Amino acid sequence: MRSQAAPSSKSPDQKIEEAIGLQLRIGVMASAAVVLLGGILYFVEPSGPRLGYRNFRGAAGALSHPAVILHGALGGDSRSIIQLGLLLLIATPIARVVFAVAGFLFEKDWLYVAVSLLVLAILLYSLVFGR
Amino acid sequence: MSQAELSLWVLLSSLLAGLIGSLTGLGGGVVIVPVLTVLFHVDIRYAIGASLVSVIATSSGAAAAYVKEGFSNIRIGMFLEIATTLGALFGAYLTTRVSTLWIGLIFGVVLLYSSWASLRARDEHGGVEQPDALAARLRLAGTYPGPEGPIAYSAQRVPAGFGIMFLAGTLSGLLGIGSGAVKVLAMDQAMKLPFKVSTTTSNFMIGVTAAASAGIYLSRGYILPGLAMPVMLGVLAGSILGSRILVRANVRSLRIVFGVVIVLLGLEMVYNALTGRL
Repeated sequence: MRSQAAPSSKSPDQKIEEAIGLQLRIGVMASAAVVLLGGILYFVEPSGPRLGYRNFRGAAGALSHPAVILHGALGGDSRSIIQLGLLLLIATPIARVVFAVAGFLFEKDWLYVAVSLLVLAILLYSLVFGR
Repeated sequence: MSQAELSLWVLLSSLLAGLIGSLTGLGGGVVIVPVLTVLFHVDIRYAIGASLVSVIATSSGAAAAYVKEGFSNIRIGMFLEIATTLGALFGAYLTTRVSTLWIGLIFGVVLLYSSWASLRARDEHGGVEQPDALAARLRLAGTYPGPEGPIAYSAQRVPAGFGIMFLAGTLSGLLGIGSGAVKVLAMDQAMKLPFKVSTTTSNFMIGVTAAASAGIYLSRGYILPGLAMPVMLGVLAGSILGSRILVRANVRSLRIVFGVVIVLLGLEMVYNALTGRL
């Protein structure tokens, strides 16, 4: 189907997109592996009765802060390991925007360096200040 | 039901939701939220948190597969992500202001629209119409591989597309779905981009949009590890399985059957919202 597209004829855009595609795949697989590891530990480790999901409890006692999650995960807590995997997952598309900034810098496309930096700024704002 | 049993059922349902979401082209999020709320009686905010995470996983996985085909347009995607991420912030803000009744109702309407849009006939927009001045300035154009070499296209009506993308982002942040159908509406209908370019670029944008609101959901404590774990793993595995089936089989009749199932789930969700059981 794409026999006419020899590797040498690939546009810079196409190369950037393929690098981003690889980065996305690695990010998703790595985070799924961490979540799976946490999930296995979650069922193996002894625990008291766990609460259901029917009643909304809000943020009280939730694993929501990156520093708390990292600390717990290093201590081998299964729920923290799952959350760490989910943090990695959330970071994957953010890393893709960082890649795009680098790609547009390489192409000297200043308009799109600015556009992707703006998207990155919105994402970081949501992570740091969003509640 | 013990915790282990519950997790196993959630895992199996998520697998099925990912499979159906991939076969119908609606995405796993739009299927798993009604399943969790209607069948498992999970609070809708927890369901949305878990769904958002699975949306990031499936869209990033699918986007990685699509970029090789050369249909997705990185500039159009990045430019419109300004609108979807701002919309996602607004949508995540709305979840604290809007009652679960309204979230359920809006979800039902979006679900019905999405299933209708996925069954609608598609017409390809051929060639370049009068190039839009704003689109030319922002370089919102490109080529895609056709049977006889690359075919050029250029975006039309950029402000309208940008506005609809803000709405798509808001719905994504409010409902925890990829809102691929609304993104395709913006690119395919408003901006007159070729259908294949619209769908693949939309997939590329879904992960970034969902990441904007997922961070907020996480810091609010809406993402529970015990629930998000089976949902994310199940939906991801289901959608990978679905994409394998899609390249091999003609699934037109399956799509219609699943479409009906999803519509019924959506109606049940609206009914539950109206009777205050959500």
